[in-house]
Amino acid sequence: MSSLLTIESLTRQDIEEMIGLAGGFREVLDRDVPKVPTLVGKTVSLLFYEVSTRTRLSFERAAKALSADTLTFAPGGSSVAKGESLKDTALTLQAMGPDLMVVRHKATGAPWRVAEWTGLPVVNAGDGAHQHPTQALLDVFTLHRRLGALDGLRAAIVGDIRHSRVARSTSQALVTLGAEVTLVAPRTLLPVDLTEWDVATADGIDEVLGEVDVIYLLRIQQERGGGDVFPSIAEYVGRFGLTRDRAEQLSADALVMHPGPMNRGVEIDPAVADGPRSLVTDQVTNGIALRMAVLYSLLSGEGAA
Amino acid sequence: MEDHLSQVLTADDVDRVVRRISHEIIERHQGAKDVVLIGIHSRGVPLAEKIAAAITGFDGTRLPVGELDIGLYRDDRRQRPTARLGRTLIPVDLTGTQVVLVDDVLYTGRTVRSALDALSDLGRPGRIELAVLVDRGHRQLPIRADYVGKNLPTGSDQRVTVRVDEIDDESGVWVEDL
Repeated sequence: MSSLLTIESLTRQDIEEMIGLAGGFREVLDRDVPKVPTLVGKTVSLLFYEVSTRTRLSFERAAKALSADTLTFAPGGSSVAKGESLKDTALTLQAMGPDLMVVRHKATGAPWRVAEWTGLPVVNAGDGAHQHPTQALLDVFTLHRRLGALDGLRAAIVGDIRHSRVARSTSQALVTLGAEVTLVAPRTLLPVDLTEWDVATADGIDEVLGEVDVIYLLRIQQERGGGDVFPSIAEYVGRFGLTRDRAEQLSADALVMHPGPMNRGVEIDPAVADGPRSLVTDQVTNGIALRMAVLYSLLSGEGAA
Repeated sequence: MEDHLSQVLTADDVDRVVRRISHEIIERHQGAKDVVLIGIHSRGVPLAEKIAAAITGFDGTRLPVGELDIGLYRDDRRQRPTARLGRTLIPVDLTGTQVVLVDDVLYTGRTVRSALDALSDLGRPGRIELAVLVDRGHRQLPIRADYVGKNLPTGSDQRVTVRVDEIDDESGVWVEDL
């Protein structure tokens, strides 16, 4: 593997190896000294054109726990405000000598272009509504840690599927590992073409409550127009929100996930988000271990420059 | 094993050597009470367990046994393909303990150096010793073993292969000309 751009490029074996590796790094994070010298002398450049809290911090934490240095770029207050193009910014950062770039951009395909222009290994940290492979991997890693093999697992992904790179990537990873995925959304928030998704669909959250092992909630992506396609928040909550009452209809050991940021009281009730079924904070901690595994795979050994 | 290998320790030899090292550990530590055995992945782990079982057989003492993977601490990562990580499992707080690191072959000393770095991130033992089944020479670092199963003079054009039941379904040490 020279870059991690999309979940589609990974086989089941690739994903399982990454889960195994992440388990080892999770053990490192639980130590008194949660840091290893593995990538000392390496530099990871974080090129984030879209706002991000947890993903950027998670990559930074992962790089630093492996003793790599980080160079972080955010467009606010940078030369992008002065009109610099993505290509020039990428080449400028490349000239500073990083060994790998982590790229988030609102345009589909931007991380591929950065990989072409710079020749560096690139990790896609989210490109528009297209892909977010490390989120998908941390989601299946989190489930695998809790449940073991995911064959036959029944998962529902609820919310703004159309605008969600997380829905696309995570459902692909789940399907690759043998899980059954149902997408639950207003028809206007489903992708136009579902022929390549290998999933079922449902029109309301009540249809799936009693029949899922995992329910994965997504926020409405106002910034991509997700809020414009249903009449009101109250109506959305009425059909798609995981309220306290609905959470009680889930099977006893069903789990709840959310990639964040959460809109409490909209797609998820605050008590459910903080309740015993919730894996939300596990997802965050496991995300660091998973990203350590990705950086390690790309920067250690023969693949290293 | 194939014919062109010469066997230098049989399964019985390995058992005898493990028992002798176990006696030496008890003798040096006057009963081995604060000793923690830590095997280096992969074949050091079953060897550490064999030593622990032998010591239990002698005087009933049950020593804690840990596992250490040094993949994240290697100094030759650039030359090696990414390896699978083994498990690191330290069952007790190492502060003040007498750690005996256990490995199959002592050669350049680089694995042991990595293991010492890893241990210092995991705690602060009172003392660290080293037990190896085979010392084949050719050290590149100032490292020596405290307990040696067999000193085996080898050329750097030879390969030493250790096999243990738990991983390889047979036990013994072989030398091969490359």
